[in-house]
Amino acid sequence: MTPPRKKKMNLKQRYALMTRGLDWETSYQKMDDVFPYDTFEGIKITDWSKWEDPFRLTMDAYWKYQGEKERKLYAVLDSFAQNNGQLGISDARYVNAIKLFLTGVTPLEYQAHRHFAHLGRHIRGVGPRVAAQMQSLDELRHAQTQIHTISHYNKYFDGFAEFPHMHDRVWYLSVPKSFFDDACTAGPFEFFTAISFAFEYVLTNLLFVPFMSGAAYNGDLATVTFGFSAQSDEARHMTLGIEVIKFMLEQHPDNLPIVQKWVDKWFWRGHKMLGLVAMMMDYMLPKRIMSWKEAWEIYFTEAGGALFEDLSRYGLRVPKYADIATEEAEHISHQNWAIFYQYTQAAGFHTWLPTDEEMAWLSEKYPNTFDKYYRPRFEMWREMEAKGERFYNNALPQLCQTCQIPMGYTEPGDPGKIGFRSTEYKGERYHFCSDGCKDIFENEPEKFAQAWLPVHQIFQGNCGGADLGDVLKWYHMDNGADNLDYSGSPDQQQWDAWQAARKKVAN
Amino acid sequence: MAVIALKPGYAEAVEFRDRKENFHGNQVVYLHWEEHLSFCSAIAFPLPPEMPFGALIEELIPTYYGMHPDYQSVNWEQVEWKIDGQSSTPDMSKSLADNGVGHKSLICFRTPGLNGYRGSCS
Amino acid sequence: MAGIVSITLQNNDEARPVIESILEDNPSANANYMPGAVKIDCPERLVVKAESVSERIGRDWDPQEIHLTIVSMGGSLDEDDDELVLSWGA
Ligand SMILES: [Fe+2]
Ligand SMILES: [Fe+2]
Repeated sequence: MTPPRKKKMNLKQRYALMTRGLDWETSYQKMDDVFPYDTFEGIKITDWSKWEDPFRLTMDAYWKYQGEKERKLYAVLDSFAQNNGQLGISDARYVNAIKLFLTGVTPLEYQAHRHFAHLGRHIRGVGPRVAAQMQSLDELRHAQTQIHTISHYNKYFDGFAEFPHMHDRVWYLSVPKSFFDDACTAGPFEFFTAISFAFEYVLTNLLFVPFMSGAAYNGDLATVTFGFSAQSDEARHMTLGIEVIKFMLEQHPDNLPIVQKWVDKWFWRGHKMLGLVAMMMDYMLPKRIMSWKEAWEIYFTEAGGALFEDLSRYGLRVPKYADIATEEAEHISHQNWAIFYQYTQAAGFHTWLPTDEEMAWLSEKYPNTFDKYYRPRFEMWREMEAKGERFYNNALPQLCQTCQIPMGYTEPGDPGKIGFRSTEYKGERYHFCSDGCKDIFENEPEKFAQAWLPVHQIFQGNCGGADLGDVLKWYHMDNGADNLDYSGSPDQQQWDAWQAARKKVAN
Repeated sequence: MAVIALKPGYAEAVEFRDRKENFHGNQVVYLHWEEHLSFCSAIAFPLPPEMPFGALIEELIPTYYGMHPDYQSVNWEQVEWKIDGQSSTPDMSKSLADNGVGHKSLICFRTPGLNGYRGSCS
Repeated sequence: MAGIVSITLQNNDEARPVIESILEDNPSANANYMPGAVKIDCPERLVVKAESVSERIGRDWDPQEIHLTIVSMGGSLDEDDDELVLSWGA
């Protein structure tokens, strides 16, 4: 840290100078020609100068603090690699959570980098434009730090090697990919609402905080470090999210219905995508810190409750179907883990059945649902495994046209029944996992009728062939190493050999 | 409601990705065994529209649902069918198309008395 | 529950004086420790005072240094040279 120095200007003056002071009105080109993207969505802005970043971070300070974060982060990552940090994790099963996280999220960081760069050029107001430029650099940094982590784990574990290739092809990675593609193909204000507000402000805590804390608890120093380092940028991103919402709502009353529709849409999309994180937290961490349901209560019900109460003064209400999402917090992790267990042959990470202790933990955390609906499912599969008849689903699942997840979610109020929804558009049927996903389609059918649904693409002959082996090849998945159960995997053999070697040394 | 697009004519230029013509003479059919949610969702198949409905019972269902402990006890006479949400008494000798099964139709079947492992709907 | 603001900081050496200052300057704040991080909740309003942190570390602390240790937050933020405030309704 540099020694204290007297500042010539205070923070507010510096911010004004280094943002608004750098902007100008065009003279020989029309502003609308220079900024062609920020009006077509119908959002009305009357005074861009009303925007202010509450952190008042200027580019010079940004470089200083980011440089410091990077120095620290890479020192830790380097020592993790040098000291074989992978040996210190709680159990090699844990690495599978990281596989899913890094193959699912890292390419999104890169996408975010690209799209914030676009906004950093194309938003006419200089305040949000500078904030978007900073965020673009943050997101590139996140992608880089995660790829460094991948590079270390990839030396010892399967499933990481083909992450960028897999992101564009694999069935479950199409869930985060299509989520982000949807946001990037929307206009700038919808993108801000989707990513900065709904995702980063309302939901990202559920992704990073308990998960990074879980990494800390499971001895994964690399993930804790990139996670918390990335998350330190997140507070600024969250601020951008909430400011953009308030700004739109303060600028013109006509903006409210548009913003509300986006908030409803992106809350629901985020909730469905985060179901993957729910499963990581409840099933994939050998040492658990809190259940998904508990995280949902803290970060959505409580924190989101305070947020939407505050925003109600603008007429904005709690996202549509928030009550349904809260009910689903009792089910979603179990339903998702069951999906991956039965399609383990096509997943780029390993699966397993919960042990007795893990089931006891799940019963305790989910007293209303686990014993009644999900324990019997796992016990049936355990019996089948014991008979040498491990349960696989050998057909392909029906996917939701909007979220692209197998349609495995149950009817609100009836966990014994799949919730089927469908609609017709221009003479063709479309299927959805929920009312939320159906509404999203019906608001923009032209967009979602183009969805690249992995199952239908296999049937159309666009994924390397019709057999599982062909498709895995096309996914660049190493059959027998990247996929299937943890038990018997090369990952497990290696881990067991390490543990045996350590015991020998200890004796 | 329609999408708000930057480019004029966007909506008209859209290519829908899953039109029946893209499936090489097949149509997509979804099949679901109610109250047996250990099969996480309905399952999807590309099937010729002229395939007899009875082939579901003779070929597809035993292959893809046969490992469930309830399967051996199914009484096919009593099974209740639904095609796209409507109750139906399919004619097993007639084709899928003749039974009203179209592209992206959902066929559900319920097996009264059999509702999953230990009655848990799993 | 209404109007709770919160700040989550890493639980490390650099953040510790900040955490201590917050807990002293906001008597109704409540710290929840979890592995690697601490989430501090406070009804209505929470302030991080540069003066308190500076006193603890023996040098001038710039509120922007919060960027090095912050993990997450809830509430609307306002920052100047002397303090960082989280509240609702701002
Ligand atoms: Fe990021
Ligand atoms: Fe969906």
